[in-house]
Amino acid sequence: MLSVNGLKAKVGETEILKGLDLEVKPGEIHAIMGPNGSGKSTFSHVLSGRDGYEVTGGSVLFEGQDLLDMEPEERAQAGVFLAFQYPVELPGVNNTYFLKAALNSIRKARGESELDAVTFMRLIKEKLKILHLDDSLLKRAVNSGFSGGEKKRNEIFQMALLEPKLAILDETDSGLDIDALRVVADGVNALRSPERSMIVVTHYQRLLDYIEPDHVHVLAKGRIIRSGGKELALELEEKGYGWVLEQEQAA
Amino acid sequence: MTSTQAVDEIVRSEYEHGFVTEIESDTLPPGLDEGVVRAISARKGEPEFMTEWRLKAYRHWLTMPTPHWAAVHYPPIDYQAISYFSAPKRPEDAPKSLDEIDPALLETYEKLGIPIEEQKALAGIAVDAVFDSVSVATTFRESLAEAGVIFCAISEAVHDHPELIQKYLGSVVPHTDNYYAGLNAAVFSDGTFVYVPEGVRCPMELSTYFRINARNTGQFERTLIIAERGSYVSYLEGCTAPQRDENQLHAAVVELIAMDDAEIKYSTVQNWYPGDERGRGGIYNFVTKRGDCRGARSKISWTQVETGSAITWKYPSCILRGDDSVGEFYSVAVTKGRQQADTGTKMIHLGRNTRSTIVSKGISAGEGQQTYRGLVRISQRAAGARNHTQCDSLLIGDRCSANTIPYIEVKHPSANLEHEATTSKISEDQLFYCRSRGLTAEDAVSMIVNGFCKEVFNELPMEFAVEAQKLLSISLEGAVG
Repeated sequence: MLSVNGLKAKVGETEILKGLDLEVKPGEIHAIMGPNGSGKSTFSHVLSGRDGYEVTGGSVLFEGQDLLDMEPEERAQAGVFLAFQYPVELPGVNNTYFLKAALNSIRKARGESELDAVTFMRLIKEKLKILHLDDSLLKRAVNSGFSGGEKKRNEIFQMALLEPKLAILDETDSGLDIDALRVVADGVNALRSPERSMIVVTHYQRLLDYIEPDHVHVLAKGRIIRSGGKELALELEEKGYGWVLEQEQAA
Repeated sequence: MTSTQAVDEIVRSEYEHGFVTEIESDTLPPGLDEGVVRAISARKGEPEFMTEWRLKAYRHWLTMPTPHWAAVHYPPIDYQAISYFSAPKRPEDAPKSLDEIDPALLETYEKLGIPIEEQKALAGIAVDAVFDSVSVATTFRESLAEAGVIFCAISEAVHDHPELIQKYLGSVVPHTDNYYAGLNAAVFSDGTFVYVPEGVRCPMELSTYFRINARNTGQFERTLIIAERGSYVSYLEGCTAPQRDENQLHAAVVELIAMDDAEIKYSTVQNWYPGDERGRGGIYNFVTKRGDCRGARSKISWTQVETGSAITWKYPSCILRGDDSVGEFYSVAVTKGRQQADTGTKMIHLGRNTRSTIVSKGISAGEGQQTYRGLVRISQRAAGARNHTQCDSLLIGDRCSANTIPYIEVKHPSANLEHEATTSKISEDQLFYCRSRGLTAEDAVSMIVNGFCKEVFNELPMEFAVEAQKLLSISLEGAVG
């Protein structure tokens, strides 16, 4: 589904990603962990096509297509979804209207018919139920005046509606208390499917207590320096990132 | 594409309605003196009182200084270089129906997407189209006449209803009011006259499309709307203009008068040529619009969507004279490229328990400069007066600016005033967020901007609201990509 080979990227003059490799198969959940400044967020942003990053080497193929050659909206239309670490407020833009426009834009790009208002409302109510969210969310402006927890839940709600093939969760656990974390994780788990892959980017192991990954990767200094199963996350939690880094240096 | 590039592209999008219709015009040579004022009056075959009225205004105008307080910048205007009268040829045998209208003129309307024929059928709107200075098409007048509503060119009203003109013209905006109002009174070419008799609810929305079309011709429209006791009228004004090189002065005057329990709703969608990328050749729009809530419980509501002109200087105002009268001002103003706007409103509370609402939404892109300037005055006898003001500015890109300058004068202790103001920016984060959900940058901007303007669009009549949204999208096309 996603194949990242030797990806190098810089911000300004600083090289952040220095040859990153990652292979994600359909249905898999990959956790990417790493200390601050290791390049986790850069990786999420490069995958989703944000401005301000210059790719200097390597390739990213998404279902055989060159992802790096696509505009952000084309990536979304192809089925890539980024759950933002800091979801953006859109004052005055009604949430329902926004979601309908987004969904129809994606459907249109895929050659599917646009959903009418009734069908859309039925769909949206169904998705709200999955995430145990309140109807009132639909009447509000996108993320405007939302609490941190509400914003993160809204991200997962959008993901439920847009049904991406590949979801990238960028530090979705940051700023969440334990209850909100559980709600968000339950939502994510409800969306697991054999066709849907996820990349969970996180600093802490605790999110992985709720969203169980198939693979765990440690990102440091712009490269994946170690990969393993979910037990790697536990080991990291216990011994800290210093431990892998030392091993890496010794090797 | 980076969003800065995208912003630049939208900002550079060329004026869509830029084309000039070739029609022979009967134009006075440039320049202004008493002779020209008399010539205008004579060509329009005006009665004596009107000629005198113009001359009085002209003589006063000569004593007035040009105003400089607004936050707009432009080279001094040479009033002797302007031609003060331009009418489509053969004014004495003006067309009686659409068939008689110059086909080139009709074509212009077609290009603008406002075919008169369709409009008659579709929206049930009576269209009094102003092409340059003389009204060339008036429709639906019969069914309006049945209701007793007078809807005609003001030049006709001067002939047919001189008693109303003498009583009301200049009674809200006297020629002494300001420089441009004085100039307009002296040389006004034509415009619209509406009279709604007592107790009549005007059976349709009245609409005039203006179009400035002759080179170097100042456009001095004059509009007068009178709503008698217990009547209601909704008036729509929309404008576009062809592309041209010279700056054009447009100094219109609009006067509204609402008697006891009467209501006037005045909506404007303005899309005049804003000039090229460097701001050359756009319209100078220096307009005086004022409504007088003369009667108790009367109501005047201004709604405007302003996207055109190189410079806009405009403060549609309400004088709340009658007790319990209500004034409203809803505005969306867009400045992009080198456009400048100094706009807002004045709410003058004279009567008891008068109420006013101001909602102003300013959008600035490119190097656009925008100032909201508003006055709320509560007089000594305006017990229980209330005002709510909300001024929001939205910036697109980082080279534009927005200012909010509210003036508040309160002379009664019971007054209740609220003022809210915000400034926000369409950020790269917002654009990226929308795009990462599958929306194009253009759709994203349009969505954010329309969300921002929603409160104002809600006040527009349905067909106008759609047009306004479209216009806004066109205006900002490529502005944020």
